[in-house]
Amino acid sequence: MTGIFGRLFGKPREDEYRGSSSAAKERLQFILVHDRINLSPDRMEAMKREILAVISKYVDVEGDNVEIALQKRDRDSLLIAEVPFIKPIVASYDDSDEYTQPHDPTRTRDDT
Amino acid sequence: MGAKVVTITSGKGGVGKTTTTANLGAALAKIGQKVVLIDADIGLRNLDIVMGLEKYIVYDLVDVVEGRCKLRQALIKHKQFPELYLIPAAQTRDKTAVSPADMIQLTDQLRGEFDYILIDSPAGIERGFRNAIAPADDVLIVTNPEVSAVRDADRIIGLLEANNKNPGQLIINRLKPEAVRRKEMLSPDDITDILGIRIIGIVPEDENVVPSSNTGIPVTLIEHSRAGQAFRNIARRLMGEKVPFMSLEESSGSFISRIARLFGSK
Repeated sequence: MTGIFGRLFGKPREDEYRGSSSAAKERLQFILVHDRINLSPDRMEAMKREILAVISKYVDVEGDNVEIALQKRDRDSLLIAEVPFIKPIVASYDDSDEYTQPHDPTRTRDDT
Repeated sequence: MGAKVVTITSGKGGVGKTTTTANLGAALAKIGQKVVLIDADIGLRNLDIVMGLEKYIVYDLVDVVEGRCKLRQALIKHKQFPELYLIPAAQTRDKTAVSPADMIQLTDQLRGEFDYILIDSPAGIERGFRNAIAPADDVLIVTNPEVSAVRDADRIIGLLEANNKNPGQLIINRLKPEAVRRKEMLSPDDITDILGIRIIGIVPEDENVVPSSNTGIPVTLIEHSRAGQAFRNIARRLMGEKVPFMSLEESSGSFISRIARLFGSK
């Protein structure tokens, strides 16, 4: 809580306790995003399954790690999808690379 | 020139629309504005009681709309403020007795004579609500820091957008700073994050509010009341003044709870 109204309450305490207000906020965000586009959680699930089925026709998808969710940005609602593909098998990957080359911060372990 | 029409609405009932309308009216009148309050809650008239004017009603909103009296005859003058008037709702009719067009026509007749026309909207999103917002230049949405009230406020904001009204400004009523600090109540920041509209006022829970509605003397008139102060600030912000939000830290809880915090207990 660091917005302009946060200051009115003094410094937030550093403890771990989240209180029921975080539950209220999370529940509200879930409720409102569905209210705003008039889509029930059931229909949302059905839509996700269909989207995933279409994508899967073209590429191999890591079905367990797909995330498709509604999000709000200010007063607009967006559908955000994160669809990881199954990694292609790379023929000649040399493990020793990691030890002989200087660390490149733009390169992650998953880059192949 | 001409009055600004401000509608006070909420979606959910019982969040403090009528209290807010009465107090903003009194606060504006106190700083020299000529104000008329219209109770648009036909069938569940209440604003007259909160204003302490229930004994003076002869004609009401429906009488005006249906031509049984002149507009002037339905204006009840407040006893304390010569520049504060009320047009009461009818108690024995329902919302369909008035149309959005009637409300626009009525407020157009009043605009020339007043600085502010405040409309107390009924709860809900049906005819009464549509009547109340039809003539509005500005809309104030009253909510409480609770899931159901904020959800309903969001619905109202959506309906205002759909009706090409500006999105309105938010009044968070009955906030308990102590509960916010304990993280057991949504904070003003949480609520603006969720609703994405501007806050025009935060009214702390205040034990003076119920006695004030018991007696019909708006809490704005009680100098030491925190809620009264919050309403006075909102009135000045409505007039375009930049008024800093009062520190809710100060108002929080009892002396004892502050001492308890000092010694590190919860």
